[in-house]
Amino acid sequence: MVDAIVSRISGPVVVASGLEDAKMYDVVRIGELGLVGEIIRLEGNKATVQVYEDTTGLRPGEKVVNTKRPLSIQLGPGLLKSIYDGIQRPLDVLRAQSGDFIGRGKTIPALDQQKKWEFIPIKKKSSDVSQGEIIGEVQETPLIKHKIMIPFEVNGKLTEISEGKFTVNEIVATVQSNSSKIDIGLSNWWMVRSPRPVLRKLPPEEPLLTGQRVLDTFFPVAKGGTAAIPGPFGSGKTVTQQQLAKWADSNVIVYVGCGERGNEMTEVLTNFPKLEDPKSKRPLMERTILVANTSNMPVAAREASIYTGITMGEYYRDMGYGVALMADSTSRWAEALREISGRLEEMPGEEGYPAYLGRKLSEFYERGGKSIIVSPEERMGSLTLVGAVSPPGGDFSEPVSQNTLRVTRVFWALDANLASRRHFPSINWLTSYSLYADDMNDWYKNNVSKEWISHRKEALEILQRESELQEIVQLVGYDALPEPEKGVLDTARSIREDYLQQSAYDEIDTYTSIKKQHQMLAIILEFGKKEADAIKKGIPSSKIGALEVRKMISKIKWTPEDKVERLINEIKVDMDDQFASLLAEVSN
Amino acid sequence: MSGVAFKTLSKIAGPLIFVEGVDNAAYGEMVEIKLVNGQRRQGQVLDTRQGLAIVQVFGATPGLTTEGTSTKFLGETAKLSVSDEMLGRVFDGLGNPKDNGPKIVSKQRIDLVGSGINPYSREEPSEFIQTGMSNVDGMNTLVRGQKLPIFSGSGLPHNLLAAQIARQAKVLSASESFSVVFAAIGITSEEANFFVKQFEESGALGRTVLFLNLSSDPSMERILTPRLALTTAEFLAYEREMHVLVILTDMTNYCEALREISAAREEVPGRRGYPGYMYTDLASIYERAGKIKGRKGSVTQIPILTMPADDITHPIPDLTGYITEGQIVMSRDLHRADIHPPVDVLTSLSRLMNQGIGKGRTREDHRSLADQLYATYAQGKDARALAAIVGEEALSDLDRKFLKIANRFERSFVNQGLDENRSIEQTLDIGWELLSGLTESEMNRIKPELIAKYAKKTLEGGE
Repeated sequence: MVDAIVSRISGPVVVASGLEDAKMYDVVRIGELGLVGEIIRLEGNKATVQVYEDTTGLRPGEKVVNTKRPLSIQLGPGLLKSIYDGIQRPLDVLRAQSGDFIGRGKTIPALDQQKKWEFIPIKKKSSDVSQGEIIGEVQETPLIKHKIMIPFEVNGKLTEISEGKFTVNEIVATVQSNSSKIDIGLSNWWMVRSPRPVLRKLPPEEPLLTGQRVLDTFFPVAKGGTAAIPGPFGSGKTVTQQQLAKWADSNVIVYVGCGERGNEMTEVLTNFPKLEDPKSKRPLMERTILVANTSNMPVAAREASIYTGITMGEYYRDMGYGVALMADSTSRWAEALREISGRLEEMPGEEGYPAYLGRKLSEFYERGGKSIIVSPEERMGSLTLVGAVSPPGGDFSEPVSQNTLRVTRVFWALDANLASRRHFPSINWLTSYSLYADDMNDWYKNNVSKEWISHRKEALEILQRESELQEIVQLVGYDALPEPEKGVLDTARSIREDYLQQSAYDEIDTYTSIKKQHQMLAIILEFGKKEADAIKKGIPSSKIGALEVRKMISKIKWTPEDKVERLINEIKVDMDDQFASLLAEVSN
Repeated sequence: MSGVAFKTLSKIAGPLIFVEGVDNAAYGEMVEIKLVNGQRRQGQVLDTRQGLAIVQVFGATPGLTTEGTSTKFLGETAKLSVSDEMLGRVFDGLGNPKDNGPKIVSKQRIDLVGSGINPYSREEPSEFIQTGMSNVDGMNTLVRGQKLPIFSGSGLPHNLLAAQIARQAKVLSASESFSVVFAAIGITSEEANFFVKQFEESGALGRTVLFLNLSSDPSMERILTPRLALTTAEFLAYEREMHVLVILTDMTNYCEALREISAAREEVPGRRGYPGYMYTDLASIYERAGKIKGRKGSVTQIPILTMPADDITHPIPDLTGYITEGQIVMSRDLHRADIHPPVDVLTSLSRLMNQGIGKGRTREDHRSLADQLYATYAQGKDARALAAIVGEEALSDLDRKFLKIANRFERSFVNQGLDENRSIEQTLDIGWELLSGLTESEMNRIKPELIAKYAKKTLEGGE
């Protein structure tokens, strides 16, 4: 094996010759520094390798060693609260070892090898166990119990199980399976490019609540669903993704910063430990795993980062948790794919992207879902995938956007026009869609209100009507509109400004419970109805717009959850009074 | 490989030379090329295999011959000698002195293309930089360690804006001024002279390092120029604890040079012929802005680029915008209307603004006031477009009000003198004055408490 050497270097692509019995996707170590790479093409005894680290200074003739193992990551307690690079090297440990700039050729275990975890067995010695069965737990963070599961394709009798404190590499149980003994530790390895299997997939029927009004009300994503957020730069992709990571009601969040800005990851690292989960009041970091392969980090590792992230997500899903993965941005991943493909001199497809772009994207999104986990009790887990897309020039017709939209079922269209007038989140209500909304009607009926669905429909219709009326205004001017239409525009404006606009930076407005959302929308629509009635009775819309109660409606979003009820009741009373006195004026 | 000279040039293609018989040139290794007439050029290995090295030549290839040219592999990757002596000096696009001063001799030689900053090592940029420009400070605030480009067009006064920012920039809590590293990338000598003169007049030249690659200089040098500037800036920031402002102009020329090499290598092109890896390449420049935990200095970047045909969707501004933390966009319409600086605040953005403003940094009302100004100005501009079709009389009362504010916003907020250095309080006060015609419910972006505290009392309820 020692005879294998580097024979060509072109950026992140290296050709190694003399590698015997190399397999596709084997991980190799390159050169004196031992840079990590992965075989992506084999030709005779020449292997083409994509290198996950910077190749500057590498020379032909340096040695290449095959680890004979595909790219794998370690799964076990300690993943939560960590920040990893694209190939699961913990960035905090990397910093301690090689300083403020990314070091090369470092092998760093992903999990703390010394830390002792308290293992509490659930299964008794000599009980029968089968694949996926939970035999014990480790309290990984105050929020999450880490389940220790029997590996896939292992069935048999538990011959030994211990209790106490163990490191991730120690053995806590042994299974006698047929003739062989299998040791079970607190951690195990998984190849990132192979999906972890599930028994079967279930239709999604429960929404992932995000506390973001435009998403929860108009374009909800289901737990286990897939969503795409395409948008030009500055339209708020990252803020939306971060809001989801903060407030989504998932048990575990995996946030993949793929080829994006370094300072954005710093922001997450600075803020998440300070922010509280609205339900448990624990720091959000305790349920979060970060994968950061920023734009200035090696391009091949960027390609791998998405798989590293999703494998960790699947692992927690298998424990029976609801997991949400945010990938920002899948376009950078696709570009990494294009760059490597270009260096391999492959025949390009559209816009230089490789012909297999669509396949790779759909394979990725197919790893999401609400599933029955491989386990005797057939427990349930879900993995929701939300991918940001950064289309060049904001043009959604480009290949990454189009291939993504073909496989995702929710489309949150970010709109540069809304962003430039600081309407945030700048999700366009006319072009976005959610194919889950109707599947989840029962959930809303049982958990929010019977009126939820009709309110949603009504609000969307008013907004649709507004855009038609705006076209008329463009031609004839606002004053030429009949009064009832002016009333519609008023209500639409209230929906846009008092409801859809939501500040991610305001302490209260940043998160709205589904109950408060329902109350807010109901009162806005009620005001709209009263306005329409009053107009019919001859009151000009300008007078209604000047009502004091209008101001109070705009205040609801700034009102803490526990005071909403009272405010709404006040508004109702005032609304009745003020409309009544308006009508009295007219009839006099 | 060090020191061995090869005379085995087999092919010259544009800026690339193919040297045969070389077995182990390092990827990224520097090369010295000696022409038949004795001239020397620098180059760098782009692709290396056993028996062949492809070298990119910095400098002109005319006069280069396949026979007789000797290529020496220097055994190291691109490095720059750095020292304190660099302050106040002028260098060419490859880092050689251009001001008749001595060569920089230093034991400290730093890699030009270092590894990226570990995201875990970064410190969140949060110190407000007062540039004295209302449209920047008030609406698109710059903070220490940010990268905020100026998107301009040919004929627009981006240089005036950049020079004014460099001259006026200061951090309120700190006494020290910014050091400036200036990289001219393919700009005219006239433009370069303008900057030199500006630095001289403001007395900043002593804390400025200039790298000048002018439009008459070889385009291939432009690949190195911004990296020389950033290596110097990092040295000053992280080892000499300075706060450095880096101005890179014009990044469009840099991207053109990148495309030239890509074409010579016959690579599969991405959009408009630019290489598919341009995003990654630009990121390796822009991402070198920032702050590092436990180190005192900072690198703040203001790259300037001219958008071909004012098209913001062109790959150069597009990819830049995806990497940088916002953008300041120049508007031709405002320039025609004689507004200086002609900044279109609606398409401009600073992503790090929120970290740098608010109570204890600028003022508690800053965020909501800026949001309100944005929203009002946007509505005012819509009203202006509408008025052009249906006439101002057909507008609603509210739209007429917005239109008036939008006009005043451009004339008295965005517009300011070339020497006018506004404090953040002045900027915010002008903002409140503009809004004074609005009622409380029309200022729906601002909380009532703040309106009560800051709104201009004299004009309140003026309607």
